[in-house]
Amino acid sequence: MIETVTPRLAKLIRDRENDILGQWIALQTASAETRRDLMSESELRQQSSDFLSALRRALDSDPQIEFGNTVWADVRSLLAQISESRARQGFSPSETAMFVFSLKQPLFAAVQAGAKDAASLAQDTWTITTVIDRLGLYTTEAHQKSRESVIMRQQQEMMELSTPVVTMWEGILALPLIGTLDSARTQVVMENLLQRIVETGSSIAILDITGVPTVDTLVAQHLLKTVAAARLMGADCIISGIRPQIAQTIVHLGVDLNSVTTKATLADAFGTALRRLGLGIAKQPQPAA
Amino acid sequence: MERIPILKMGECLLVSIQVDMHDRLAMQLQDDLTSRIADTAARGVLIDISALEMVDSFIGRMLGNIAAMSRVLDAETVVVGMRPAVAITLVELGLSLSGVRTALNIEKGMELLATSIGAGNGRVHGPRFD
Repeated sequence: MIETVTPRLAKLIRDRENDILGQWIALQTASAETRRDLMSESELRQQSSDFLSALRRALDSDPQIEFGNTVWADVRSLLAQISESRARQGFSPSETAMFVFSLKQPLFAAVQAGAKDAASLAQDTWTITTVIDRLGLYTTEAHQKSRESVIMRQQQEMMELSTPVVTMWEGILALPLIGTLDSARTQVVMENLLQRIVETGSSIAILDITGVPTVDTLVAQHLLKTVAAARLMGADCIISGIRPQIAQTIVHLGVDLNSVTTKATLADAFGTALRRLGLGIAKQPQPAA
Repeated sequence: MERIPILKMGECLLVSIQVDMHDRLAMQLQDDLTSRIADTAARGVLIDISALEMVDSFIGRMLGNIAAMSRVLDAETVVVGMRPAVAITLVELGLSLSGVRTALNIEKGMELLATSIGAGNGRVHGPRFD
C-alpha cells in the first residue's frame, strides 16, 4: 500500500508546486521565527523552492522513505547547507527547524484539496508528518553539528593564541600563562617552551601564572611536569605570579612545590634570574648639572 | 661487540651517545663507565645525549643509576643536550631524574662541572649558579 503513497504525493507536489511554495513562503515570512534582519526574502525563496523540488524528486523515487538512501542525498545536503549557513548567521535551533516544520501546513492543505477518500487522506497525512518530522530532526542535528564545529575551531585558535614564549633577556625566557591549564594545553605549552629553550640556549625559564584563575592539584601537577621537563633539558624554572589566595589553596591541597623556586611577582622572578646569571640592573649616575 | 667510547678530559670523563641505545649497550656502558671512573679517579662525568632520539623507561632509569653510581665513586654526573621530545617522554614516564644534574649543551655542562669540582683544574670558569 505504501508504495502508492509517495509517488502520489510527489505528483501532488508537482501539480500544486506554486500554491504550496507561495503558502509556505508566506507562512515563513509571517512567523515570528523568521528573522528578516538576518536573511533576505529572495534568499528564502531560493532555498524554499530548491528544497521543495529536492523533496519531490526523493519522494518520487523512494517509496520506502529510507533516509540513508542515495535519493535523499540531495535533500540531506541541502538541509545541512541551510542549517550550517543559518547557524553561522545566528539563528537559534528552533528558528532553523521552523524552515522545515512550516512546510507541514501547506502540504496538508494541498493533500486535503486533492483527496479522493478518507483512507488515502489519512495515509497521505501520516506519510507527510513522518517525513517532515524526520527532516526537522535532521535539520536540528545539522544545526547543532555546525555550532559544535564553530566551538571546536575557536578552542583551537584560543590554544594557539594563548601560549607565547617571550625572551626577557639573553638566557632568560618567560612564559605568561593565561587561562585554565588542562592536559592538552600543558602539552602545547611544554612543547613550545622546550623548543624555545633549545633555540635560544636559555638556562632560566619563568612560568608566570598571574593569569591562571585557579590552581588545583591537576594544574599544579601539570606545572610541575613542565618544570621537570625543562630541568631535564638543563634549564631552571621559576614559578611567579602566585596570588595570596592561590598560595593558600596550594598549601591546603598539600601540593609540594618545594623543588621549585617560587616568587610572588614576575619582577621578583626576573631579579632572581638576573642574579643567577651574574647580572644586575643599576641606576645610571646622573651627570652633574 | 659495539661499545660507547668514553673519553678522558682532565679530571672529567666524556661519554657521547651517538647511536640508538638498546638495553645491552646500556648495561655495557654502565660497566665500562664505573670501571673507568675507578681507574682514572675522575671527578666528573659528562653524558651527551643530543643524538638520542628515543628513550624508554629502562634507558631513563639507567641514566639515573649511572649518576647514582658515579656519586658513590665521588664523581659528579651531568647529562647534557636532551631533546625536547625525550624530556617530555621521560616526564610522562614519571622519571624526572631528580638525582641527575643537567645542562643545555656540552659547553654549559663543562662549566657546571668545573664550578662544582672546584678551582684548581685550570679551566675557565663560567658564572656561578647561586
